[in-house]
Amino acid sequence: MREPMRFLLVEDNASLAAAILARLTLDGHVVDHAGDLTTADEFVSTTDYDLILLDIMLPDGDGCGFLATQRDRADATPVIVLTARSEVSDRVDVLDAGADDYITKPFDFSELEARCRAVLRRRAGTGSNTIRIGDVAVDPLAGTLEVDGREVALRNKELRLLEIFAANPNRIYAKSKLVDRLFSYDEDVSENAIEVYVARLRKHIAGTRVSITTVRGMGYRLTVS
Amino acid sequence: MTQAVEASGSIRRRLTVELVGSAAVLAAVLFLLVQNFARQVAEESQDNILTASVSAILESVSARDGDITADIPYAALSMLGTVSDDRVFYRIGADDRVLTGYDDLPVPDPGGRGFLTADYKGESVRIVSASRTLSVQGRPVSVTATVAQTRNGQAQTLARISRNALLLGIGFFVVAVAIALLTTRSSMRPLEDLTGAVSRRGPQDLRPVTSPVPAEMVPLVRSLNSFIGRLRTSLSRSEDFIAEAAHRVRTPLATVRAQAEVALRRVERPENRASLKEMIRAIDESSRAAGQLLDHAMVTFRTDHLERTHLDLRALAGEMVERLRPLAELKDIRLTLAEGPSAPIEGDPILIQNAVRNILDNAIKYSPEDSCVRLVVRQEPGGSTLEVTDEGGGFPEGPGDPLTERFVRGPNVASTIGSGLGLTIAKEVVEAHGGRLTFCNNAEGPGACVSLSFPS
Repeated sequence: MREPMRFLLVEDNASLAAAILARLTLDGHVVDHAGDLTTADEFVSTTDYDLILLDIMLPDGDGCGFLATQRDRADATPVIVLTARSEVSDRVDVLDAGADDYITKPFDFSELEARCRAVLRRRAGTGSNTIRIGDVAVDPLAGTLEVDGREVALRNKELRLLEIFAANPNRIYAKSKLVDRLFSYDEDVSENAIEVYVARLRKHIAGTRVSITTVRGMGYRLTVS
Repeated sequence: MTQAVEASGSIRRRLTVELVGSAAVLAAVLFLLVQNFARQVAEESQDNILTASVSAILESVSARDGDITADIPYAALSMLGTVSDDRVFYRIGADDRVLTGYDDLPVPDPGGRGFLTADYKGESVRIVSASRTLSVQGRPVSVTATVAQTRNGQAQTLARISRNALLLGIGFFVVAVAIALLTTRSSMRPLEDLTGAVSRRGPQDLRPVTSPVPAEMVPLVRSLNSFIGRLRTSLSRSEDFIAEAAHRVRTPLATVRAQAEVALRRVERPENRASLKEMIRAIDESSRAAGQLLDHAMVTFRTDHLERTHLDLRALAGEMVERLRPLAELKDIRLTLAEGPSAPIEGDPILIQNAVRNILDNAIKYSPEDSCVRLVVRQEPGGSTLEVTDEGGGFPEGPGDPLTERFVRGPNVASTIGSGLGLTIAKEVVEAHGGRLTFCNNAEGPGACVSLSFPS
């Protein structure tokens, strides 16, 4: 995803909201938090968001009502609903109400990220979100890399790794941090797995001004010469 | 949900038997009464004629020259002979002498009413006698006239009347039976109407019964309506309960999980990281188990009240593919649905989505990175089949399908989180729709194939 992204989180459970906020902020996103629909209304009328994360059961009403109002005022900001309802009950209703997708609590952040990416890709179409790093262009939604006028399809983890590096060029990332962001905790991988993906990325961007260098004992960083 | 109800007797049969039985008793009583009455009338008329005959004979007895003479008038005996060929006997006695007639003819006890039925010359006869006192030469002499008649004519009359009475009784019985059958049928009709009205309802129709019923059935219908009301409340309560339970369980789990993930990003020491990972793993296991238990409860609830609508299995599979594609992409798994015409089936869309999602979830979970999960929808005579093929480890070899039992997981998947309910849910959904869930390992290459067949 293009970073930083601006999220609005509408969630009445304060500790869950704090955790999601912390997690998204750690990934470099900007997040506003509304504890109820009234606050959420104020936020959307003053700020443009890339994506809204909407809890469906809120103290001052049903999230579906908020969705309908959003769609009525022709606000096309993508919405992902966070629901705690049963898988079998009424989750489909939120799609009818205008949500772009939904995710069931409790969720894996990598799944949330994947769904955000999918929603943005559907909304934006490809090619409109290109990130330029030196002489390399990355389309994070299409998952493609453009080098010397030729297009390379990136695997999911390659793309996410490149996104992380590109968000902060020259910053050194420890292998353990990269493992955290790339792998779900239940994929039992050693830090060496990162080396595999770094090696693949290096192959893709070989011959450009962009390179991923090893900082001995500390990790990797992306540099543009 | 249909349970055998033990029938103890039948109202219709009991009503019919009772009505027909009482008609039979009434007919028999009628027959006996008529017969008895006829006998009395016949006996009385014979007695009257005999009495008249005796009186006439007594009238003709006179004392002349100290002698008693009896000049029996013709009419006295002819009135007896007109009815039939009954034989007539008579005897006239004065004191202890027999003046004329059959001297062995029994004479009724003079103290009694003067009537007697006795056997005489091998036949049953009715005997009547009367006395009169004559003065013979200044001395009173008691003259007794006795007339007897056989009873053949009376018996014939009686037989004729009995035959008619029997016909009357049978006729009465037949008419009564016909009326009983009609009455039974018309009394049972409201009950049958009510049964029809209730049993024609769909599984979700929990409206009270409002069609008019006879007063006697009002208490029954009132109880039935109150029962329907309670059922409706309890059903919606359990649906709400499942949804509410899901909410209550999932929200705190989501909080703990998110906090643990944040913490994992912040801590450095490997042992702390390991504990946090274990924690997240445990949270995922419990939340997945809780989620699927609730799903399972909801599936059971919905299959009990299965509501079918027209569906397109291909469109439904397509939606689920779109829905799960982001998850698959995380592992670089390609989800493909083969092109084809629509595949109409009948079923509950939410249940079938849940079944398909469980199968796809499994396929993605147990597939290696950078592999392919293929969906094919096939139309067959009488239904449609969705086939999901992956390139994972496949199902463990062995007899039967223990994996569709609750909480049973394959022995080869211990490292992946799961609750063991996914296939159970899918199987229950498919079978509730009258379909079949089959799974096998691919003949060529690695991976498993699960197919869900639904009748159209």
